[in-house]
Amino acid sequence: MITRAAETLGTLAPRLIAVPVALAVGLLLLWVADAPPLQTLRLLIEGSLGSQQRIGDTLMVWAPLALACAALVVTFTAGLWNIGVEGQIVAGAIAATWVARELSAPPAVVMASMLVAGTAGGAAWAGLLGVLNVRGGVHEIFGGLGLTFVATGAVIYLVLGPWKRAGVASTSGTDLFPREVWFPTMAALRVSPLAVGLGVIAVVGVFLLLRRTRFGLRLRATGQGRAAAARLGVPTERYLMYAFLLSGALAGIAGAVLVGAQHHKLVPSVSGGYGFLGILVVLLASYRIHWAAPIALFFAIIANGSVQLQLRLDLHSSLGGVFQGVLVLAVLLAGGWQMRRARERDRKAAARA
Amino acid sequence: MRLKRVILLMLAPALLLLGAACSSDDEAAPATPAVAATMADGEPLKIGMILVGPRDDRGWSQAHLEGAQYAANALGGELIVIDKVNPADSPNVTIPQVVEDMIEQGADLIFATSDDMRDGILEAAALFPDVPMIWASGDNAWADGKGHRPDLANLGNIMGEMEYGKMIAGCAAALQSESGQISYLGPLVNDETRRLVNSTYLGARHCWTEVRGNDVTDLAFNVTWIGFWFNIPGVTLDPTQVVNEFHANGTDVIVSGIDTTEAIVRTGQVAAEGRTVWAVPYDYEAACDQAPEVCLGVPYFHWGPSYLETARAVVDGTFAPTFRWIGPDWSDINNPDTTAIGFLKGDGLTEENAELLDTFIAGLADGSISLWQGPLNFQDGSPLLAAGETATPLQIWYMPALLQGIEGAAAAN
Repeated sequence: MITRAAETLGTLAPRLIAVPVALAVGLLLLWVADAPPLQTLRLLIEGSLGSQQRIGDTLMVWAPLALACAALVVTFTAGLWNIGVEGQIVAGAIAATWVARELSAPPAVVMASMLVAGTAGGAAWAGLLGVLNVRGGVHEIFGGLGLTFVATGAVIYLVLGPWKRAGVASTSGTDLFPREVWFPTMAALRVSPLAVGLGVIAVVGVFLLLRRTRFGLRLRATGQGRAAAARLGVPTERYLMYAFLLSGALAGIAGAVLVGAQHHKLVPSVSGGYGFLGILVVLLASYRIHWAAPIALFFAIIANGSVQLQLRLDLHSSLGGVFQGVLVLAVLLAGGWQMRRARERDRKAAARA
Repeated sequence: MRLKRVILLMLAPALLLLGAACSSDDEAAPATPAVAATMADGEPLKIGMILVGPRDDRGWSQAHLEGAQYAANALGGELIVIDKVNPADSPNVTIPQVVEDMIEQGADLIFATSDDMRDGILEAAALFPDVPMIWASGDNAWADGKGHRPDLANLGNIMGEMEYGKMIAGCAAALQSESGQISYLGPLVNDETRRLVNSTYLGARHCWTEVRGNDVTDLAFNVTWIGFWFNIPGVTLDPTQVVNEFHANGTDVIVSGIDTTEAIVRTGQVAAEGRTVWAVPYDYEAACDQAPEVCLGVPYFHWGPSYLETARAVVDGTFAPTFRWIGPDWSDINNPDTTAIGFLKGDGLTEENAELLDTFIAGLADGSISLWQGPLNFQDGSPLLAAGETATPLQIWYMPALLQGIEGAAAAN
């Protein structure tokens, strides 16, 4: 028990150290750009957690990011680089938008159908990638990038073509959905409980699925060694397809949440880069969903808080993005450095033995 | 030993930070003029400025920012600025959130400066009915307008009568063009942009036929729309590529209608390679500086005077949500303190053409040249104005299609 706790602490420590170090490096960078570090830190925290509404805003960034992370953990567990997650988010958003525009039914039915459609849209897009990968031998990175381009192209076509605003051709998006099908928001918190709830369910669900079920065990076996898993009787091709479909479904829900709770319309950049940011978060979390969820929250805090840097310190707007980039880089570097040290320690120990 | 060095290296920034933190209260206060306007709360006037593009775009957004700075400086007020507020650059930033933030910081007046902010600023105005706001280029406060929202008693509109600026731009293009091929680099398609493309065409046609005495059939005028107010990689067409295509197809004057400076920048490069080409940028007074030798001139906005009037009304407590569509000061269209739009002639314009252009501007000023005059038909042959008719402001503002003689999509329906 004690050794296990020590082990956990051993793997945890690098990340615990890496995050503050990264934050310090990021603040140093901002300090060079004339932002007083302590005030910057205070603004970042106040701007994202300083009031009920701000916490709500941060949770609304966290929800789609957590869904994307959950999607990615599933495919990473199966040994797949699902770079196409952005496209799957977009596909989910398109499908949900279609329902919001076309279905006339009681609002609750429309909203539920938007989620179902988003799930199906994302899963279908990932399924296509799965078929290309599993049957066609196309590497999932290339297939995923290609399908993301196609999905983005489809949104632009829809926004400028069939779904354009009357008399307007602009990539700024479709008409707003009817107000009654906007996902309900708690006014005091400016939060859509549905969106955040789905994020939490996805995180917990994926955790349980991968840790506590036979399905998860087989998926992990497939990811750790396809040939070995096959010899043990795991139908690996089918499991790879399951991974794609499940991942796409979760990404599609993120897409439905983004149009239903955030934009209330379809915009070309609907995925908001949450898919790509999700990849970084999941890498930082070593593919573990229970680490990805808090790291995603950290990035949501930075993303929301950095708006304040412009509003209150009059910093250039690109510095927020640079700050986030430096954080990721610093955490990766610190993680890599720790790993190298661990390897060196192992080697020395081996030499001594 | 190595570990120690690494730790030292890691600590160095922290130490530096500590040093900086101790001396971080040196934020210089901005110099305030002698007559600082104070609000009821005893604080100086604070203006919140929401920009759609980069604050230094040398185009639409920078023109708005400098307009707000003009107002703030005159009243000793302060500015709170946020730029790049659009779904592509800031996916998690909404207008109501930004507005709330600015109000929390003490903003007494808020400017939302893009057509793209329609949904957001209407929502924000309803959420904070006590805070005066201006939606530039919008129509919610126009009692006769299609988008009238009488319920929003705190949201006014300001727009310059850029039709005149664009007519002058079109005239300059037609005066200087050797090939008779003029291309318009369009942003997205809506009432406003159709209005401005049509204005450019009317100016070009007038100067091509009436001033130069050419046949109207020898004038080719086409428009290509990129899809948004500025380049969003992967989403809009790349304006630089569009400019290249214009040049490849024989165009020698490009008139820009987008927020940024690609048309003049790329045209300057092409001219440096030895081609005879010109450009007319847009929005920002100093836009010609990007490539002065190919610049025929720039129609631009001076938001300063109207923003100052609005700010003053807020200080005096007389703010009213009016719809203002403000023309140039015809006595001097480049007077920074009086005009809402202007046209600054560029170095590329020949002396002779500059004189002809001045005559054209004088004609617009005294009303002897009136271009919104029938007969005018749309591309599909349907009439905008019958012979002898003059267009009403409503007809001009809500321009449903492109005029006959223009090649390009109009997205009309």
